[in-house]
Amino acid sequence: MSELAKPKSVSELTRYINYILTQDPVLQDVWVVGEASNVRQVSSGHWYFTIKDKDAQMRCVMWRTTAQRQSTTPKDGVALELFGKIAVYAPQGDYQLIVEYIRPVGVGDLYQQFERLKAKLASEGLFDADRKRTYPAYPYTIGVVTSATGAAFQDVLNVLSKRFPLAHVILSNTLVQGDDAPPQIVRAIERLNEHTDCDVILVCRGGGSIEDLWAFNDERVARAVADSKIPIVTGVGHETDFTIVDFVSDERAPTPSAGAERITPDIVVMRETVDDYDALLYSTMDDLLEEKQKGLEALHRRLMMASPTVTIRNQQQRLDNLLLRAEKAVNNRLILLKERLIAKNAALVSANPDAILARGYAIVIKSGDGSRVTSELDATAGEGITLRLKDGELYARVEDKDTHGRYKRTLF
Amino acid sequence: MDDINGLSFENAFAELERVVAELEGGRLSLEESVRLFERGRKLSAYCQAILEKANLRVSEINDDGDVRPLR
Repeated sequence: MSELAKPKSVSELTRYINYILTQDPVLQDVWVVGEASNVRQVSSGHWYFTIKDKDAQMRCVMWRTTAQRQSTTPKDGVALELFGKIAVYAPQGDYQLIVEYIRPVGVGDLYQQFERLKAKLASEGLFDADRKRTYPAYPYTIGVVTSATGAAFQDVLNVLSKRFPLAHVILSNTLVQGDDAPPQIVRAIERLNEHTDCDVILVCRGGGSIEDLWAFNDERVARAVADSKIPIVTGVGHETDFTIVDFVSDERAPTPSAGAERITPDIVVMRETVDDYDALLYSTMDDLLEEKQKGLEALHRRLMMASPTVTIRNQQQRLDNLLLRAEKAVNNRLILLKERLIAKNAALVSANPDAILARGYAIVIKSGDGSRVTSELDATAGEGITLRLKDGELYARVEDKDTHGRYKRTLF
Repeated sequence: MDDINGLSFENAFAELERVVAELEGGRLSLEESVRLFERGRKLSAYCQAILEKANLRVSEINDDGDVRPLR
């Protein structure tokens, strides 16, 4: 027998079949559509199921780590689109699809639907910035359009209780996923507009798959948001999820909690602000009183300046000045008089006859009557005269000129 | 001056701001200042009381438009 004719082991042949299948590019990157059945998840977390149409079926496996990344899990009777690769499961002689990505049928179209509706509404101007309305800084009445039983509503209530418990929350209950959700959401928005005077409406839903959030990409819902008289803030899904209503609404928040935060002031800040103003009120009043006090003190000082005591004191001082000046003037006058007296005295001294006599002069008096002889006419020849000198008197007789002339000649 | 009770928080707070600003302006007589100060104290206490007493009200609206307390 030739080599080719030699029988192969089952394992060898199976390995060869696996080799052929895994070589094929089509079978290694393939989309397949069908209905799931016989779905079971084992304790290890892996999923096993069958995908089928009316004429054929194929075994599928989705590993735990892959399953964790999917937003959809297989359910019996549900049409699915699967992406993966074909491999052989040798122990059972089966081939199977190893699933890498799973989505409900039609989701592939969702993205295109989304883009089409977005473009349409944008062209109508529904996303325009000038359509965006503001809402009061203190929204005392807040409408919430969501499911009464959803986690989103509890999240919103928690945030509002802590942040702005002054508010009155009015829930407008609605389904938030499934085919019935869009008309209910529309009705929930209309209800609040018709019967309440809410300051703002929060339209919200917690995170989920793109299909779960699909109601918020519905044209009817988008138009109801656009038509709402009351401003609407949306918080749908998670940070990265954008839905059509987010574009139409007056403001988009990344999550329901963030939406609740976005529309309300924080009571902690409000308290601090009131406290600050309270402190400011007191310090301003203190400053004011201090200022008035200072003004009062200044007035008091001015009053004291203007008081009669001060006038009297001033007059007193003027009087003292005058007295001082008078005293000084009198003193000066006295000094002057004294000086004059001294001068007069000196003159008097120099006029004393004794002093003249001391200098060698003589006073002549008539011996007869004691009268002064100051002129040659005062005495006649033969008359007795007394010559008073410094140390005594000489007695003489007045002679005529001729007789005296002889004396002169005799002498000289 | 108006009665404070019945003012909304932001109206009371806005008036408190005005009162402080007016006092800061310092153009008032002492008597007017004291009266404003008293008014400010009442407004501040009123604001604080509003925040202190605040308790979130939750209602639900039904399709007939009736709003009923939810909890």
